[in-house]
Amino acid sequence: MSTMIEFSGVTKFYGPFQVLKDCSLQVAKGEVVVVCGPSGSGKSTLIKCANGLEPFQGGQLTVDGIPLHDPKTDLPKLRARVGMVFQHFELFPHLKIVQNLCLAQQKVLGRSKDEAMVKGMALLERVGLKEQANKFPGQLSGGQQQRVAIARALAMDPIAMLFDEPTSALDPEMINEVLDVMVELAREGMTMMVVTHEMGFARKVAHRVVFMDKGEVVENANKDDFFNAPRSDRAQQFLSKILTH
Amino acid sequence: MFADFDFDIILRTLPYLFFEGMKFTLMLTALATAGGILLGTILALMRLGSIPVLPKIAAGYVNLMRSLPLVLVIFWFYFLVPYLGQWATGASRPMQVGAFASCLITFTLFEAAYFSEIMRAGIQSISKGQVGAGYALGLTYRQVMGYIVLPQAFRNMAPVLLTQTIVLFQDTSLVYVLSVTDFLGAASKVAQRDGRLVEMYLFAAVVYFAFSFTASMLVKRLQKRIAIIR
Repeated sequence: MSTMIEFSGVTKFYGPFQVLKDCSLQVAKGEVVVVCGPSGSGKSTLIKCANGLEPFQGGQLTVDGIPLHDPKTDLPKLRARVGMVFQHFELFPHLKIVQNLCLAQQKVLGRSKDEAMVKGMALLERVGLKEQANKFPGQLSGGQQQRVAIARALAMDPIAMLFDEPTSALDPEMINEVLDVMVELAREGMTMMVVTHEMGFARKVAHRVVFMDKGEVVENANKDDFFNAPRSDRAQQFLSKILTH
Repeated sequence: MFADFDFDIILRTLPYLFFEGMKFTLMLTALATAGGILLGTILALMRLGSIPVLPKIAAGYVNLMRSLPLVLVIFWFYFLVPYLGQWATGASRPMQVGAFASCLITFTLFEAAYFSEIMRAGIQSISKGQVGAGYALGLTYRQVMGYIVLPQAFRNMAPVLLTQTIVLFQDTSLVYVLSVTDFLGAASKVAQRDGRLVEMYLFAAVVYFAFSFTASMLVKRLQKRIAIIR
């Protein structure tokens, strides 16, 4: 399998504080990688580096062969090809749902309005929200908003999808509707990097699990190895805490 | 007590008061608001941007304008603009600038400082996540500002911007220092010509009040209609 995303020795500082320490990992084409770890471990920062939303100071990071550490890289062009879903959805509240899906298609990809609409409506149907097309984001539930956010990212025909804690801000009864969409995506072979605490999701579709702590990649293992026999103490502790209940 | 007053004078001079005076006042208010918001938004973007030096220039400008009395600025520009025009065009004589043009330039530049502070607050009220979401879709800085941040900032700030416009409407009366015939100027000319000071100034006050109060009410209504559903 060829590599889609490759971190090698990525280092990042917020002032004197080091958030990422020499992080290396690869995501192959079609692979689903779940990144977990205690809060403040740098997992969100790591994933945001992968589409240039967070600058980093050291190391190398390539996405589909394009170097992000190179200042000459056209970041908007790269970002248009990498989908991102945020913890707090970040739909544009002044635009209708369908306009949320069409904006970047038209302005970034140069699609016509009709083309963008057809694509947008098809994706809304796919996430089960066709009837909501003309509502505003504020009129939808959290779970619905997150499904729209996923559809918005998919409208750009991304080569990979990044999820930054997509279910952390949701009420428990809405988590599954979002996970269902993500599971389906994973099964279709989308390359995905997912920061999440949903271990059930990880067990179901992840190929590999990356465990981070204090800015370091502590464990990077096959899913089964990770859940059955985590090598590091810190991953064992984390798992025992998260899986007791 | 009103026995000695001649309120009929108002009726007789009504066309003059409104078609000369009020027309000037409203045109100045509308154009200065449009220009002020445009320039103010540019100043706010300069101030919040990451290009070196620009934030300092914008902040310096805003602080300078906000520290000067408006009357003084009106005066200064009236006498200064012809020479600035001469310098800019390289003409041999000071440029001829009409009173209206001079007032418009002054109010636009002056109000831009206030509008820029409002727009700065409006832009800062939009969360970083919104900006991040825009960038994540491949939008450029201009597109993020133009399609995501500014439309929301304008909507959040519309009531404050309009309230500032109402203040501007009242402040335009300061052009009296240039003997320009705005609404108050027109009323004052009639008052002095006919010796009917009380009637005319009373009427002027009522008209300013009616316009401003009605506008405030409309702003309140508008506020409810355009609010973003959250």
